Amino acid sequence: MKIRAIAEDYLFVLPAVTIFVIFYVIPFVWVFKLSLFNWDGILPSKTFVALANFKEIIFHDPSWWQSMRNAGYITLIALTFQNALAFLLAWACDRQIRLKHFYRAVFFIPPILSEIVVGMVWRFIVNDVDGANMVNRALVTMGMGQFAHSWLNDPKFVLTTVAIIHSWKGFGWGFLIFLAGLQTIPREFYEAARVDGVNAWQSFKNITMPLMMPVIMLVAILTVLGTMQAFALILGLVGGEFAGHTSVPVLRILAVMRDSSRFGYACAMGINLGIILVAVSFVINMLARRARNWA
Amino acid sequence: MSIYHKAKKTTINTLIHLFLLAVAITCIYPLLWMVASSFKTQETIFSDISIIPRHLHFENYYLAVSNSDFGRYFLNSTIYTVSVVFGIVVVSSMAAYAFSRLRFPGRNILFIIFIAAMMIPMPGGFVPLYVLLNKLHLRDTAFGYILAMISMGLATSIFILKTFFDKMPKELEDAARIDGCSKLGIWWHVAIPFAKPALAVVVVFNALNVWNEYVLALIIFDSKNLMPLQRALMMFRGEFLTNYPLLMAGLTITALPIIIVYIFMQKYIVKGVASSVLG
Amino acid sequence: MKFLGTLFTVCLILISGCSPKIDSSKVVTVWHWMTDREPAFKELAKRYEAKTGIKVNFELYAPSDAYSQKVRSAVQGANLPDIFGILGEKRDFSSFVKAGFVLDLTPYMLENNAKWKNSFFVKALAVNEFTDGNSYGVKTGIYGVPVDIMTIQMVYNKSLFKQLGLNPNHPPQTFDELLEIGRKISATNRGGPAKDYGGKAANLQGFVSGWSELWMIDCFASNYAFNIMGKDKIIATIKGQVPYTDPDWIKVLSIFRQMRESGILIEGLVTMINKTAEQLFANGKAVFAFNGSWCVNVYQRMNPELDYAAFLPPKTSDSYPMSIWGGAGSSFVVNARSKNKQEAVNFLKWLTELNQQAYLSRVTNNLPANRECLDKVPPILAQFSRAMDNATHPNAWGVSEFPIVIEAFDKGVQAIILREKTPEQVAFEVQKVKERELFKKRQ
Repeated sequence: MKIRAIAEDYLFVLPAVTIFVIFYVIPFVWVFKLSLFNWDGILPSKTFVALANFKEIIFHDPSWWQSMRNAGYITLIALTFQNALAFLLAWACDRQIRLKHFYRAVFFIPPILSEIVVGMVWRFIVNDVDGANMVNRALVTMGMGQFAHSWLNDPKFVLTTVAIIHSWKGFGWGFLIFLAGLQTIPREFYEAARVDGVNAWQSFKNITMPLMMPVIMLVAILTVLGTMQAFALILGLVGGEFAGHTSVPVLRILAVMRDSSRFGYACAMGINLGIILVAVSFVINMLARRARNWA
Repeated sequence: MSIYHKAKKTTINTLIHLFLLAVAITCIYPLLWMVASSFKTQETIFSDISIIPRHLHFENYYLAVSNSDFGRYFLNSTIYTVSVVFGIVVVSSMAAYAFSRLRFPGRNILFIIFIAAMMIPMPGGFVPLYVLLNKLHLRDTAFGYILAMISMGLATSIFILKTFFDKMPKELEDAARIDGCSKLGIWWHVAIPFAKPALAVVVVFNALNVWNEYVLALIIFDSKNLMPLQRALMMFRGEFLTNYPLLMAGLTITALPIIIVYIFMQKYIVKGVASSVLG
Repeated sequence: MKFLGTLFTVCLILISGCSPKIDSSKVVTVWHWMTDREPAFKELAKRYEAKTGIKVNFELYAPSDAYSQKVRSAVQGANLPDIFGILGEKRDFSSFVKAGFVLDLTPYMLENNAKWKNSFFVKALAVNEFTDGNSYGVKTGIYGVPVDIMTIQMVYNKSLFKQLGLNPNHPPQTFDELLEIGRKISATNRGGPAKDYGGKAANLQGFVSGWSELWMIDCFASNYAFNIMGKDKIIATIKGQVPYTDPDWIKVLSIFRQMRESGILIEGLVTMINKTAEQLFANGKAVFAFNGSWCVNVYQRMNPELDYAAFLPPKTSDSYPMSIWGGAGSSFVVNARSKNKQEAVNFLKWLTELNQQAYLSRVTNNLPANRECLDKVPPILAQFSRAMDNATHPNAWGVSEFPIVIEAFDKGVQAIILREKTPEQVAFEVQKVKERELFKKRQ
């Protein structure tokens, strides 16, 4: 009887596991194997180099770590700025306010737009030469001309500009998931609290936040994954790695695959990035758990 | 309610609206820009920066659609998107439900493997996937592409859905069990309705991914008549010269179905569960 | 859910309905990435079928990055078509040959007193040739057919020259002259880059190019390296016998500092993709551009009125001649494992004949690879073609620099333009990377 129950349970995961093993695990094992080889991606022969690729990545590839730092910086901005914005907007749209349907529709426009359009429009908005630099014009109009900058061409600002545009493009996802999460909180909870004379801030702190903790964690992890692997928008905005100032891991991997034909090395880079992402997600998970226990 | 409270509430509401409006404007502007550009010509697209162009060149749409088998690609992309999304929704909601609610040995380790897989970036993975599909005789077939795309969206979808199933009150399940529901019955009658908002997210997320996918399709398809819509867009972005008005017209048409899917799915998010399950 | 289910069923039916498998015995399939040449290729294929009854299928896979991935994947599954193009460096080309996927065309080239071979520009063939004792270990021979050629040099806007009070028929002859014009341009803008954002983006720019793409920087630097130290010393550097810290290399890197200091470089040059640079030049917003011969087509479509001419990058030294990049623009190879080898070769022969070449050149504004039809092309194309005498290409040098060294060099140039590093610093860093690679290779 018990065995039957367990078998029944396994049936639930069987389709997922089958597809996953065939189309993900097998190619992955392959990639892992390749990461131990020196291979140009074309020749039938490969040279086994054991962990030499990983050693080189970790100890002798400053441009890889620079790309990690850049992606980390963008991720930090996305985690804070983007997600706070998404949460605030979702919270506002969950309330009984006018035009909420309009807002809900509009906030999801950026994720739908292609990176080409986003790159072109934002270049137009913040760049001088091939754009109108509306940001600077606005700053000048407001009498803050001294803050005007060449946002995409100045190495000091380019990464922050990219990070903010990335956050703008991505907040729609956080918004959507937060909104879905808020919707699963039964209204009765809030009503009961109101009857008990609890004010809005307290019900936010004591009902919304604890119940939303798992969703916040979900969004945080998805943000880290999405941002650490982003690259198309950067290509659209600055056309490349900008002397390293906007290089990110995936751009590095693609560059190594294409320009240097070091396929094994590129595979090792991918795995290196994967390990770091697993570690970061693990830490976020732990922090979230601690925060929940604390609250 | 006192006048003071009322005034305070109005002020807060006004501030909230101002904030929402400001964000909304930045979101709408690029969309308008894209649509406006699709009505311009290659010469005016960079010189005429107005949102409402002086002359509307509707022929861009005609050219975009009649150029390169746009209809064929559109149909292909629709087929891929619907199939992949349907597959992912069924497979991932079952798995996520099991990971969240059923107690079978090895479920934690399995779940962790899924999630870890989500984090390894794919750039190096295309070649092994290609070789694999080739060996299975699924290369250059729609079926192979659909399966590969399902596997790519699976982990994230399971992760999203599990988070929501974890939030499901135990009482809901118990009530169904007392009514004599099987595990499959609980999944279908209780878990799925509860997670409707999350399912809507999963649908939108995967629909957008498949709709915009191009590189894998290009690598595994040799036959032109299997190519997705993105190929048509690539044709407008030439090696040396981009035909911007056609590209923008193409992008506008491409964005439309996703907007429709989103608005359709939003219904499920907006309704929420308060009424349908708990009520 | 039900709705999705119904849709899904419909899709299943649609999929099962379409599985076209044509008999591919006498069809020659060609894979390429050239979006702009697709219609012309299609038309030529039609003419060929009318003439010979052999169907040629041109399959376009764009953009080139994705095409490159596709071809490399196809190698692993042995699914390459009869004819395809290889994108990448000579090293990659050699790997395709060694993997047994590229037919040695030498016998065909040498038939009838080398008639086919002699119809091409020598330098266009060089890119597709592996010479005796080449460092890649490939058997001597010609492995590819150039379809068109290209040169990369400078162009200047004649109308803007007039506006600046310069003789529109005299492009700068020396590097100092170029810098002088640069100073003049930035002076007309009063104080360099516009700080007045009231729509003054219309400021005149000196020099534009797509220098976010590293290879274009590499190309420019290589031109001046040839001019300053000559080919032998460059080859010696690649072989590791001359360090990048050599004064001559520092001179090459200093070119970029001098240009930046003169104010000729557009702000944001290193984030500029070539399409943007082309837009600026075509719309008369920049006086100079550094661009390949494909630009003739691009400028023509963007602004047919544009009055411009091409010239060699002006010399900075009299020691050696200026040498620009040029060679085969795009080449095709024949799959050595194809069943239709003979048909494929025949088609390529026909494609590179006078009439077809002239047609391609006329329709696509590319320079023909067949040198016999030079007099049939418009003057601006001829100007680019003539520069073929000064052309060279890394793929024809017989040795390749380590990609990682090239990358360090080009990124270093970007850093010099951004005022972040001095030429000396960059030279030192590049040499460090070089030494590490040499060390690894010796192991």
